[in-house]
Amino acid sequence: MFTYVIRRILMLVPVLFGVSVLIFLVMRIIPGDVAQTILGTDATPEALQQLREDFGLNLPLHIQYFNWMSGVLTLDFGESMRTGKEILPDILSRFTVTFELTLISALIAWIIAIPMGIIAAMKRNSNTDFGVRIVSLLGVSFPNFALATIIILVLALVFSYSPPVGYVGFFEDPFKNLEIMIIPAIVMGTSMAGAVMRMTRSSVLEILMQDFIRTIRAKGAKERVVIFQHALKNAMIPILTIIGLQVGTLLGGAVIVEQIFSLPGLGQLVLTAINQRDFMVVQGSVLFIAFIFVLVNLLIDILYAYIDPRISYK
Amino acid sequence: MRQFIKRLYKDKVGLLGAIGILLVIFIAIFAPVIAPYSPDEMFTAHALEGPSGEFLLGTDEFGRDIFSRIIYGAQVSLQVGLIAVGIGASLGLIFGLIAGYFQGKTDQIIMRIMDVFFAFPDILLALTIVAVLGPSVVNTMVAIGIVFTPVFTRIVRGAVIGVKENEYITNAVAIGVSPFKIVFKHITPNIMAPFIVQITLALSGAILTEASLSFLGLGVQPPNPSWGGMLDASRTYMEFAPWTIIFPTVAIVLTIFCFNLLGDSLRDILDPKLNKE
Repeated sequence: MFTYVIRRILMLVPVLFGVSVLIFLVMRIIPGDVAQTILGTDATPEALQQLREDFGLNLPLHIQYFNWMSGVLTLDFGESMRTGKEILPDILSRFTVTFELTLISALIAWIIAIPMGIIAAMKRNSNTDFGVRIVSLLGVSFPNFALATIIILVLALVFSYSPPVGYVGFFEDPFKNLEIMIIPAIVMGTSMAGAVMRMTRSSVLEILMQDFIRTIRAKGAKERVVIFQHALKNAMIPILTIIGLQVGTLLGGAVIVEQIFSLPGLGQLVLTAINQRDFMVVQGSVLFIAFIFVLVNLLIDILYAYIDPRISYK
Repeated sequence: MRQFIKRLYKDKVGLLGAIGILLVIFIAIFAPVIAPYSPDEMFTAHALEGPSGEFLLGTDEFGRDIFSRIIYGAQVSLQVGLIAVGIGASLGLIFGLIAGYFQGKTDQIIMRIMDVFFAFPDILLALTIVAVLGPSVVNTMVAIGIVFTPVFTRIVRGAVIGVKENEYITNAVAIGVSPFKIVFKHITPNIMAPFIVQITLALSGAILTEASLSFLGLGVQPPNPSWGGMLDASRTYMEFAPWTIIFPTVAIVLTIFCFNLLGDSLRDILDPKLNKE
């Protein structure tokens, strides 16, 4: 097990190296001159050149990459080209916002999705199953931005309520924080729930058709025992896979939801940085996001072993 | 094939999806006939008017007919969806076939590159590519196509490895059939089931991504009618002109919903494990 984890962690290195090279090159070919964006259209060529030199943009590409990477490896992600603020502390503080949002969304999604998926599988081809399939597909089909807009609209028109503007941290004022987070979390939780519900239904269904379930039933086990002790446990791997992918994606920044609700999360940071051509911020945050994404997937892989002892990690 | 259509016909959910998709395709093709106005025609005196006999679904802030814009928006969504998935599926098919058939080092190289792309959340990757290429209809298609390539590659590769184990492939290799012929004549037709399911699901994903990019102002550019773009533009007026938000939302959700209905149903039909009964 230990060797497996170490090997998997080592396998992350080339992926993250690939991501770093890719995002570095992409930022170098992106149209729009950061110096021009900062200094404006009436800047003199000398001033532009000076600024490019200050940022090290005049150096050969491999030197620029080496300089950036040697910083990253010592946890120095550099400074924002626009604000001069240190990038890593900014990424980490925004990550806490995204993390909280992901956590609440995921909880909402699982509480709805897993029981519904199980019920649908138990009553395959019934009206309940049909209903669950339609609801879950609607959940997947509703784009985040559309659901968010409709919820804001309904709240405004029916309840004369508008979601609070501006972000307050959980430890500053927990109630205010939850009031800010709950609607974005419902929006994200709904689309997550759809996918988890579908996966729960199909994987429980697959297990319920297997011979060992028939044997357990023939022995007179209660349906509750069949479902929770046997079927669900065996059906957990695909469900966990999809949960892992979703959590990884959400932690990587719920770009649209954060944008709509003005939440200062990681997604908003990247979007603003791309629009402002702030290379250093984009590079740093994309690398961080990729790191979190592969890490979450690694954790899920490790979790498989606890759920299904048949999986060996040799 | 006949059995497949029979099963699809029996599965009401999938059938509903298929009918819905055909309807959207019909609307997109016959948009100039169905739409009462041009999507860009401005009736400034009627700006932000509610649904009426003259403007079936109301008008937007420039006095453009929302019904006509939604009808033409179907063209944009389908066009972007089909071409983007076409790009992703073709690249994925090529890379997946090569990786799965030759395995070894070639497989390692292709799959590690795909892993790098997998490490990016979809929307972020699409955003970055569009930022590099510049926002336009064509670039949106290319961006979404690239985003979808890794998932197609992975699915095709997995299917190829499964099919390659069959004896008829071993025999074909033994009698000296060229790898090109084996891959295209014997392997490709046998991996079509998961490939088609993924195409259907990717179409809904592509339409959703296009709408999201356009909503962020980075996809299809105004005045082209894009459902996502329409929603973004209407946010300012939504409280006193809710029709500007509601109808484009319904169009997006129903279209994606139909593709998902069909994809879900195809997956159930083509999955032998779920059809043991």
